[in-house]
Amino acid sequence: MKKLIILLMLLVTPVFAIQPDEILKNSELEKRAREISKDLRCLVCQNQSIDDSDAPLARDLRVLVRERVEMGESDGQVIKYIVDRYGDFVLLRPPLKSSTIILWAAPIIFLIFGIFGLFRWFRRQSDERPDNRMPLTAEETEQLAAALKPKDL
Amino acid sequence: MAFNKIMLIPFLTVIAISAVFGAYLWQVGPGGKDISTLPSAMIDKPVPEFFLPPIEGRKTGLNSNDLKSGVSLVNVWASWCPPCRVEHPFLMKLARDGVVIHGINYRDKPADAERFLRNLGDPYHQIGADITGRVSIDWGIYGYPETFVVDQSGRIRYRHVGPITQDVVDKLIRPLLTRITNK
Repeated sequence: MKKLIILLMLLVTPVFAIQPDEILKNSELEKRAREISKDLRCLVCQNQSIDDSDAPLARDLRVLVRERVEMGESDGQVIKYIVDRYGDFVLLRPPLKSSTIILWAAPIIFLIFGIFGLFRWFRRQSDERPDNRMPLTAEETEQLAAALKPKDL
Repeated sequence: MAFNKIMLIPFLTVIAISAVFGAYLWQVGPGGKDISTLPSAMIDKPVPEFFLPPIEGRKTGLNSNDLKSGVSLVNVWASWCPPCRVEHPFLMKLARDGVVIHGINYRDKPADAERFLRNLGDPYHQIGADITGRVSIDWGIYGYPETFVVDQSGRIRYRHVGPITQDVVDKLIRPLLTRITNK
């Protein structure tokens, strides 16, 4: 039973949404088309790229991307063609523009806040330490001196 | 431990984040804004140039010039799309009231499309058959049905994704049609 399960697990292969008849003969162009497809959102499922999605619209868009790549368009031109029709939302990576600046700046702002917070925390720690330290008693001073005195060999 | 202003920061952060998410939930909550539909990149742009043949066996298809002669609705539908059946009575009502509705029949079999129209009624002035789905991509369509309001110059003024409802007809489509027709 265990062996069977292991065997079945080994047989698992990734399933690709892309169909054999969609793939371009020219492997260079196909590679470019796949890269473009990975960054384009499937609008039916909204959280998959068209490269991953089985939706008919995703298939149509994959075929469209390949056609335009074959026509000799650059990656940017192909992406623009689709953004013109579907808007920025179709891009899985949001572009940097005035309306998305908060999205891009947020991690940096949080990082600055974090560094500032840590800095303050450390400084406060070092400020407080002398106050927390109790002076040694006479007995403790003696013990310390004894401990530190080099032993006669 | 002495009271320290810095201790307030975590609490204030939690309150601030809750307020932001709360406001968002309030907006999208019951009866609120529908966030599953996307803003169209096509609003206020001219309709894409296209030429669609008729559904096999019919006489007139649909092309971009047909949309430049007057205010019209363009409805993308298919016989296999259940929400298209849901919205169909509203289209029939609009057509009876004299609104010009054009259809784009998306990836459908001619016989199925004909049966749909025979059984439920045909609200369309002209229908183009988009068998490959390519023209629908030019319109930026991702859900079915979709309905566009196109003004007399052939510009897209409004788009609705999903079945239109009484509310959409009364609050958006009719007022918009009145406004642009009278202009």
